[in-house]
Amino acid sequence: MELTKENILTLLEDVKDPEIPVLSLVDLGVITGVEVSDAGHVTVNMTPTFAGCPAMDYMKKDVQRTLEKNGITSHTVNMTFDKPWDSNKISEKGRKHLKEFGLAPPPKYDLILDLDILEHVKCPYCDSDNTDMRTPFGPTLCRSMHYCNDCRQMFEQFKPL
Amino acid sequence: MNELAIKDLLYKLADDQLILGHRNSEWTGFGPILEEDIAFSSMAQDKIGHSLAFYTLLQELGEAEPDTVAFTRNANQFHNSQLVELPNGEYDFSLIRHFLYDNAEIIRFEMLSQSSYEPIAKVATKLKGEVKYHVLHANTWIKNLGASTEEAILRLQSALDEAIPYALGMFEPSKYEQELIESGVYAGEEAVKTAWLQRIKTVIEKTELKLPDLSTIEPRFGGRYGEHTEHLQPLLDEMAEVFKIDPTAEW
Repeated sequence: MELTKENILTLLEDVKDPEIPVLSLVDLGVITGVEVSDAGHVTVNMTPTFAGCPAMDYMKKDVQRTLEKNGITSHTVNMTFDKPWDSNKISEKGRKHLKEFGLAPPPKYDLILDLDILEHVKCPYCDSDNTDMRTPFGPTLCRSMHYCNDCRQMFEQFKPL
Repeated sequence: MNELAIKDLLYKLADDQLILGHRNSEWTGFGPILEEDIAFSSMAQDKIGHSLAFYTLLQELGEAEPDTVAFTRNANQFHNSQLVELPNGEYDFSLIRHFLYDNAEIIRFEMLSQSSYEPIAKVATKLKGEVKYHVLHANTWIKNLGASTEEAILRLQSALDEAIPYALGMFEPSKYEQELIESGVYAGEEAVKTAWLQRIKTVIEKTELKLPDLSTIEPRFGGRYGEHTEHLQPLLDEMAEVFKIDPTAEW
């Protein structure tokens, strides 16, 4: 394999969020940069979704493992706040996978969080907007909990951030 | 820029979050309803993650690595405000403290996201988005419970009266205050306090609660300079109990 940014990104498609195994780190938007030096050293920059997310360390190790597995031994994986993550960085493909997984994708928004964005999230099961937020905190830091008044099920949303 | 001034600022930010994060975690398994159990546990996880981000900046400035800093200092080496170390008490007190603290925290982060010291600005830009959820949680419950039954209002009012001198203690100026302001690193405690008062008043006005007359209240200062209540050392002993059994263990 030729060491190019595109090829590295393709490799990283295999690294999934351990808590949402349908979502690759690339689609999640936490890979903020890939550089290949003339000498063939690969640098991957990552940024955390939530600063307290315990999965971030695991994801970083997983990126290192994936590079090694593909014969890339000269590498540096950095975790930085240089390009801070927000939920708009989740790709269209990522949003589709989230919905299929039963997690409402975060709405694209202007990064001004207000109650209107959090209430009436579209139900991932029946697409109804007739829903209520039950609590902004869920089973992981990145999920909130909602109830659909139409199909009468609890569901979770990947929080807008 | 004076590095001691930056370190002093980072320590107070990090220590506040570590200690309140630990207090929040004491609700795990004990919340009055499942959702609140999860909320306080999630906020604990966030706050401890936030403290790690600031301890990491300290490490980059030559301080010890984050676990050492978090687990091996004694109470008189901590720079947190006394507000965050007070025991959880009943849910009403924890909720009021959470409301008073997080409404200040978000203002700090908003102001620090404009800091002339870039590493702090980057971290604050990230964290202010996360703290919004804490503020939303606090304000929602204060508005709901503060305008509900007589018992809820009485309990919250008494918790508010008890917490307010400690809350004012959050704004204890550091000895580098003027320097931080002039160099554009931090807008300073007085600016945070002014904005904070406005925000908490807006919420309190929607309830039956009364904000005490602040001019008659003596703020509980000292925390930023290592003076703490009797409650901090036992918290630290418990927090570091496992770490101290084998500080060199690989986790």
